[in-house]
Amino acid sequence: MPRLATTTGATALVAGAASALAVPANAETIRVTIPRIKVAEYHAPYVAAWLEPEAGGAARTIFVWYDIKKKGAEPGTKWLTDLRTWWRKGGRRLKLPADGVSGATRTPASYDIPLPANLPKGAYVLKVEAARETGGREIVSLPITVPGAKGSATGKTELGAVTIR
Amino acid sequence: MNSRTLFSRLALASGLSLASLALTTSPASAHRFWLVPSATTLSGTDQTISFDGAISNDLFNPDHVAMPLEILTIVKPDGSKGEMLNAAKARHRSTFDVAIDQEGTWWVGVTRQGYFGSFKLNGEEWRVGGRGRPRPGDKRVDGIDAIPEGASDIDLVENLSTNGTFVTSGIPDTDAFTPTGKGLELQPLTHPDDLVANEPGRFRFLIDGKPAAGVKVTAVPGSKQYRASEMVTTVETGADGIATIAWPTPGMYWIDAKAEDTNPAEPRATKRRMGYTFTAEVVAP
Repeated sequence: MPRLATTTGATALVAGAASALAVPANAETIRVTIPRIKVAEYHAPYVAAWLEPEAGGAARTIFVWYDIKKKGAEPGTKWLTDLRTWWRKGGRRLKLPADGVSGATRTPASYDIPLPANLPKGAYVLKVEAARETGGREIVSLPITVPGAKGSATGKTELGAVTIR
Repeated sequence: MNSRTLFSRLALASGLSLASLALTTSPASAHRFWLVPSATTLSGTDQTISFDGAISNDLFNPDHVAMPLEILTIVKPDGSKGEMLNAAKARHRSTFDVAIDQEGTWWVGVTRQGYFGSFKLNGEEWRVGGRGRPRPGDKRVDGIDAIPEGASDIDLVENLSTNGTFVTSGIPDTDAFTPTGKGLELQPLTHPDDLVANEPGRFRFLIDGKPAAGVKVTAVPGSKQYRASEMVTTVETGADGIATIAWPTPGMYWIDAKAEDTNPAEPRATKRRMGYTFTAEVVAP
């Protein structure tokens, strides 16, 4: 499974964060912040990001972070439908795990994810959806134009800043 | 013949007391027959869904009687019959599980047909249909085949009704909606397992396979006990048979379509009443 995101926040988990080098210099990068939430029972959220072409047409999933390891009677894939908008917009059409798309859940921090290099130019809405077990759900939307996408939006509860540059 | 039609024919042939249940409620009765799945949308074929079924006033609050389980059928996406697991009938509600082992849209519910009405025999009025089996001495028969020779003033109404719910694993499909061409049926333009509160639901209703105008469609969200109004939406189908419902709130809905015409299957009957009911989840955007 290729690593999709690297931590940039203070709570970097992975010593090998240097894989950020894999991002092509000219590609736009999405930075997604998973906020720290002070609750007694915290579970890292399921998060998905996708692009909806403004002109209509199929959504393209950029990443989905879920419990990819859990198997058995209640596999991690069972809760993918909690990302209910992503599930409708495209998740249910994906065969998971999908190379370059699936990843494990992340703890609170900021993560950089490159936009797909082969993205046709045009106007899109970037959507990031987070759903947390025993917690809430939130979608952050950010209209962008490719190439040269730039912008920022912020969630209020389950997501922090979503920035593209 | 798909399995749903097959089931209803089997049910008729097996002499199940079809008239004994208030599936097609009389105007005076507010009792509603409903079936609610523990999830409508699944991400795989390794999950088991639990269903609750009851006949009650408020949705989906089991406050009256449990749903009879023996009349239910489970239709898999490929049209074959699914299995009811762990079934139990409690005082107020019935419950059972279904292992959703196939991708696509499943239907769980009941399709029923029967006749109600009256006739005269030797100057006395007899009833056709009604609740339970007639007891000795009752001036009542439980079906049209039991109307005796010599009966006069035969007045019959055919009742046809379908009531169920849909569960989808993966991508919603429409095989479960292939019309049988008989009675009132649903052809969704928005799939029942793909409804969102900020997008109107659009459903085409067919009678005998053709788009039906003037079908009255009522949508009621559950959990009335936590709000002041019933929050009912009532619409009527247009010439194209389409009913458009703007959802007042996200939630689990009971959607009930009703129509009547003068085309009963039985020549001695004058009228046909039809119902098509389903429960569907409308998610928050």
